[in-house]
Amino acid sequence: MEQTLKISKIKDGTVIDHIAAGKALKVLSILKIDEKSNNYSVSIGIRVPSSKMSYKDVIKIENRNLEKFEVDKISLIAPDASISIVKDYEVTQKYTVELPARIVGIVKCHNANCITNVKEPVSSEFTLVSKKPLVIRCNFCERNMSEREILGSL
Amino acid sequence: MLKNRSIVSIDDVSQSELEDIFKKADEMSEHLKQGKPLKILDGKIMATFFYEPSTRTRLSFESSMNRLGGSVISVSEAKSSSVAKGETLADTVRMAEGYSDIIVIRHPMEGAAKLAARFSSKPIINAGDGSGQHPTQTIMDLYTIRKELGGINGKTITMVGDLRYGRTVHSLLLALTNYDVKVNLISPEILKIPDHIISRLPKDFNVNVSADFDNALEETDVLYVTRIQKERFTDQNEYLSVIGSYSITPETVEKMKEKSIIMHPLPRIDEISPDVDTSPNAAYFRQASNGVPVRMALISMILG
Repeated sequence: MEQTLKISKIKDGTVIDHIAAGKALKVLSILKIDEKSNNYSVSIGIRVPSSKMSYKDVIKIENRNLEKFEVDKISLIAPDASISIVKDYEVTQKYTVELPARIVGIVKCHNANCITNVKEPVSSEFTLVSKKPLVIRCNFCERNMSEREILGSL
Repeated sequence: MLKNRSIVSIDDVSQSELEDIFKKADEMSEHLKQGKPLKILDGKIMATFFYEPSTRTRLSFESSMNRLGGSVISVSEAKSSSVAKGETLADTVRMAEGYSDIIVIRHPMEGAAKLAARFSSKPIINAGDGSGQHPTQTIMDLYTIRKELGGINGKTITMVGDLRYGRTVHSLLLALTNYDVKVNLISPEILKIPDHIISRLPKDFNVNVSADFDNALEETDVLYVTRIQKERFTDQNEYLSVIGSYSITPETVEKMKEKSIIMHPLPRIDEISPDVDTSPNAAYFRQASNGVPVRMALISMILG
C-alpha cells in the first residue's frame, strides 16, 4: 500500500490497481480516456513496485464509474486487476476483475471472414478457452484468438 | 438423439450418435441396393441455399431427401438473389423456416451456418462454411474409412495437398481426435495446416505435421488427397512444381499397403492420375456415392 501513496488519494471515483506492468495506457484507451476527457482527473502509476506482482500499474480516476462491459474488457488485458470504488475518500467497494466464461460484444473477431464481421444482427461472442495464456474461441467461426490478437481487436 | 437438431459442426455429433448414423447409413445402402422407394419423409420439405457453387454436395442432399420421400425447394443462385438485395442471412433464414422443415446452407463465410441456426427454429445443416466446417462430408469420410477398412481405430491416415484452405481436411482432422489413429500431414509450405486448427488438437494426439511423403506412404492405411487450387498460387511455375511433387500415380499406389485406400473429396483436377481410377485402392468414387446413404441417415434421424 505504501507504494501507491506516491499517487495522491482521490475523493470520489475509481481506482484500478494490480494492472500488469505496462498495460495502464491500454486500459486508458479501453476507457476512452484521452486528451479530450475534460470531466475527470486521472493519476497513473506505471511500473510501481509491488510485493505481489514485483511491478504493477495503477490508475485513479476522479468522478468516473466503470460500466460492466468496461470491466470485462479490462479483465481481458489485466486479468489480476482490482477495482475500488471510492466515495468521500473511503473505499466503499472493492473487487477483483473476473474473466467472463462468455465474452459478448466487446471483442471483434480477428477472422476477417467470420460472419460476425458483416452486417448481421448478432454481437461477437467468444468462449474462454484458457486464462494463462489467454485464449478465447469465437462461437461462430470457431477460431482461437491469442492475447496479442485480442489486444488489437478491443 | 438427433431429432430436430442442427448440425453445424462435427462437434455437434457425439461418438455414439456417429455410430447410430453409420448403422442407419448401412440400412439406407441396403434400401438403395434393393431399389425400394421410401416414404419416411413424405410431406416434408428441405430448403437448400447454396451461396457458393457445389455439385456433389448439393446433388447428394437433394437426392437423399427425394429418396426418403420428401421434396426439395432451392434457390438456384442464392448469392445473386437475396444477397444482391442486401438481405441479411438471418432474415433469409427466418423467411425460409416458414417454407420448409429443414434448411441446408453452404456459405462462403465461416460461422454462417451457426448464425443461421441461431435464427431458425427449424434444423440447419451446414453444407460448408468458408474454410470452416463441412460436417456431413466428415461423417461420410469416417463412414467410408469404416466401411472400406472395417474400422477407424488403429489406422494411419495421411492427408496430402491443400491443408490450409481445405475445410474437409479441417473437419476430418478434428473428428479423428476422437479415435486412436496416427495422422501424417503433407503439403507445400504455403498450403500448410493453419495454426488455429493445430492449436485445437489434443496434446497427446498422434499427428506428424511435417511428414515425409515417401516414408508416410509405407505406413498409410488411408491416403486422403485434396485438390490444390491453381488460384492459390501467384507463380504458376510454383503451382506446376507442387502439382508434380504431390500427384498420385500408379507408382505411388505401388508403394502403399495392399489393403490401403485413396480418398478425395472431389472434384480432383491433377492430383490423382486417371490411371489410378481402376486400382482397387481408389476409393474416391465409392466415397462420393456414400454421400447419399449417409445424408439419408442423417436427415431421417433429424426429421424422423
